Amino acid sequence: MGIEGVGARVARKEDKRFITGAGRYVDDMVVPGMKHAAFVRSPHAHAQIKKIDVKKAQAMPGVIGVLTGKELKADGIGNLICGWMIHSKDGSPMKMGAWSPLAFDKVRYVGDAVVIVVAETKGQARDAAEAVEITYKELKAVVEATKALEKGAPQIHPEADNNLIFDWEIGDAKATDAAIKAAAHVTRMKIVNNRLVPNAMEPRAALGHYDKADDHYTCWTTSQNPHVARLVMSAFYNVAPENKLRVIAPDVGGGFGSKIYIYPEEIVCLWASKKTGVPVKWVADRTESFLTDAHGRDHVSTVEMAFDTNNRITGFKVDTIANLGAYMSLFSSCVPTYLYATLLSGQYDIPTIHANVRTVYTNTAPVDAYRGAGRPEATYLLERTMEAAARELGVSPAELRRKNFITTFPHQTPVIMNYDAGDYGASLDAAMNVSDYAGFAKRKAAAAKQGKLRGIGMSCYIEACGIAPSAAVGSLGAGVGLWESAEVRVNAVGTIEVLTGSHSHGQGHETTFAQLVNQRFGVPIDSVSIVHGDTDKVQMGMGTYGSRSGAVGMSAISKALDKVEAKAKKIAAHLLEADEGDIVIENGALKVAGTDKNVPWFQVALAAYTAHNLPAGMEPGLKETAFYDPSNFTFPAGCYICEVEIDPETGTTEIVQFVAADDFGNIINPMIVEGQVHGGIAQGIGQALLEGAHYDASGQLLTASYMDYTMPRAGDLPSFKVSTSNTPCPGNPLGIKGCGEAGAIGSPPAVINAITDAIGIADIAMPASPSTVWAAIRAAKH
Amino acid sequence: MSDVSLMVNGRRVSGVAEDRTLLVHFLRDNLGLTGTHVGCDTSQCGACVVHVDGKAVKSCTMLAVQASGSSVVTIEGLANGADLHPVQAAFKEHHGLQCGFCTPGMIMTATDMISRHPEGLDEATVRAELEGNICRCTGYHNIVKAILAASKTMAKASKGKAKQAA
Repeated sequence: MGIEGVGARVARKEDKRFITGAGRYVDDMVVPGMKHAAFVRSPHAHAQIKKIDVKKAQAMPGVIGVLTGKELKADGIGNLICGWMIHSKDGSPMKMGAWSPLAFDKVRYVGDAVVIVVAETKGQARDAAEAVEITYKELKAVVEATKALEKGAPQIHPEADNNLIFDWEIGDAKATDAAIKAAAHVTRMKIVNNRLVPNAMEPRAALGHYDKADDHYTCWTTSQNPHVARLVMSAFYNVAPENKLRVIAPDVGGGFGSKIYIYPEEIVCLWASKKTGVPVKWVADRTESFLTDAHGRDHVSTVEMAFDTNNRITGFKVDTIANLGAYMSLFSSCVPTYLYATLLSGQYDIPTIHANVRTVYTNTAPVDAYRGAGRPEATYLLERTMEAAARELGVSPAELRRKNFITTFPHQTPVIMNYDAGDYGASLDAAMNVSDYAGFAKRKAAAAKQGKLRGIGMSCYIEACGIAPSAAVGSLGAGVGLWESAEVRVNAVGTIEVLTGSHSHGQGHETTFAQLVNQRFGVPIDSVSIVHGDTDKVQMGMGTYGSRSGAVGMSAISKALDKVEAKAKKIAAHLLEADEGDIVIENGALKVAGTDKNVPWFQVALAAYTAHNLPAGMEPGLKETAFYDPSNFTFPAGCYICEVEIDPETGTTEIVQFVAADDFGNIINPMIVEGQVHGGIAQGIGQALLEGAHYDASGQLLTASYMDYTMPRAGDLPSFKVSTSNTPCPGNPLGIKGCGEAGAIGSPPAVINAITDAIGIADIAMPASPSTVWAAIRAAKH
Repeated sequence: MSDVSLMVNGRRVSGVAEDRTLLVHFLRDNLGLTGTHVGCDTSQCGACVVHVDGKAVKSCTMLAVQASGSSVVTIEGLANGADLHPVQAAFKEHHGLQCGFCTPGMIMTATDMISRHPEGLDEATVRAELEGNICRCTGYHNIVKAILAASKTMAKASKGKAKQAA
């Protein structure tokens, strides 16, 4: 490992612009003639639109255009779609209701976009939006998934009877029921996974620019995957054909899943730009983000876990109702199915599993992937159940887990996944050592003397990421392939541009991807530029989510580097009059192995472009492209231990230590990996202690600002103790598993296991806020 | 409309703005200083923190006209030419940022915090004083580390200066 190579703790190249205020986010973009948009949104959760009167608004100062859904439809703009087909167990396809980018007949959640106003200034657009008069006929709303399935519940989409989108199953129902029947012990729980709002710090934004002269559109948007945005806007929304639509995702201020999807606003801004003849910029305010960014989680489940007399798990049965909100967001259907139920084996050898999942429309914001996407929900079920089982069986939670660990690989689970490598015992040992698990009883006694309740909890998680083999996801219903592309361009002076379909919105790709190139050719990372986020520069890509940029995106780069290396070696061999097989790359030069004959990297590059002296028949230039399609998911895993101290007088929970021991496979930059884990844990602790999206019964979002939705702040969190013990991933050339989501997946059950341990209760709802904890302590005493 | 005239990053600037214009929008839209960000509507997130007459202020809580006559420093004005401010350098060295959106506000808050605590900082104080700045990426772990490190660096530098002066 060189000082800038793979495995080095290299400070980030991209930081310079962010710490000096020179980052360029969508809201920072200015196009000549650009005007500003505001959306008129539904104040009702469920209502018919009787009349839209825009006359007053059109007459307001500075107003350029006030446009409605009827006009949008008349221009042939298509409905938003969900791109992953799921079939119910009776074979019928999922029931997808229509989602117009601007509602024209009915609104289905508070925040549903109805009208766009374009004006000279942001203020004028907002003033005019206030003057749009819409007459609604209010309908009864339903916000809870379980209630939406009840007979007589308000019907949200005509396509989905009783609001049921699909009723899907996986695994063997008969065998699982039999295992439960024959069990020596069954642990049963009802588990709620609370609804969250992703809250990337940069609100969503879109700038649409229609160039009349060239009949060409440009869209700057806060996207994790600009190519997918272009593909979907072209193929399904009829905005423009791909060759006439450029999508740019410049610096993007965090995503966490919420910026994967194509939302109504970018479509409408592009269309409105053509309609009004001016570039149109829209930037969400925070309340708009709360109302309209796709939310996460929101599952209600019942579980039954069967054990034999030796405390080995013999079966696991799950029934889940998942709230998908008012419309099916782009990947909403795969989150509570293939990203969820396929992980229900966890780290355990479970002979039979069955899961049934019903997804439901409600009058709430659409729900889609949020950091972890399905895997946190699966982990929460398993790890809460394991904890409860250990307590019921009177055995150590660590030993119950260890007894049931999968220890040989590859391991085929009963729910599709084939785990390739791992060492779960190693992570458990590491976490127990670092946390001084053995010394906990002493610490608990000491805390009790101070009048505090101390508890400890663990969570052994696994996730499937690096998504994913295209053929596999295609067979499961995905509308896209999940490969990645890379192009490596070596310039004549030896500097290098890497074009990637991955997108960095905080992950540090400009550094880690350059480290990979440095490792290969010895070129300083300052001489390597990473190009991403622009469909005019990068031909195609699938973007960044599911912890895939390392395992899939970098594997594509590695493949392109293989090709560059092969050609460079041919050129060097020719220049050095040596055999191609004898050429090695060392310290920035191509050498004949075992001799001092060498040619510097830049001279090979120059030779490729002068083309004065190339091997016979070789094309000039040094530029290669590769597409990489993974052969399997990757399976990061680990063990998290959380220790809490609760003040019984106030119900306040302090996290006194949080330990993470992860297995991420090979690591490119440990500093960046640790940062990913820190951030993920903070979001997981946020879910467990602080965060929750709450709608009232009429469908108003009560938590629609930072005054009402508790974001984790520095004072809510401890410093984290993170470490890794890695088994390389055999599935990709770099041995990478991925680290982006682990923290958010593994941490919530560890926190709740610790709190329930401290109080001595079976369960507590997330978020375990001080009032919830206080009430639980009072209830436990009586 | 109101006339607004102030010093920004050592340069005298003036402009005309609607009365309701917030300082943050004046900085971003009139002056093109887009390093100061807007992350919320309720003065909670701190992405817009700048220094007004030497104090950290959320520039979304102040009208541009209120800042008229003041001296404002934004993230763009913090470095001394090509030399990063020690807080900027510490954020880079300790990986105190990921997506970068909250970073300008974090850094402006941190420099103010350090200057208000010449006696030095500890972790609990840093965490408590970051109450008005939200980060969604880092879990604050490395932000806290960076601020503590910068505080030490700056204390050393000012001791060195004091020695020289003596």
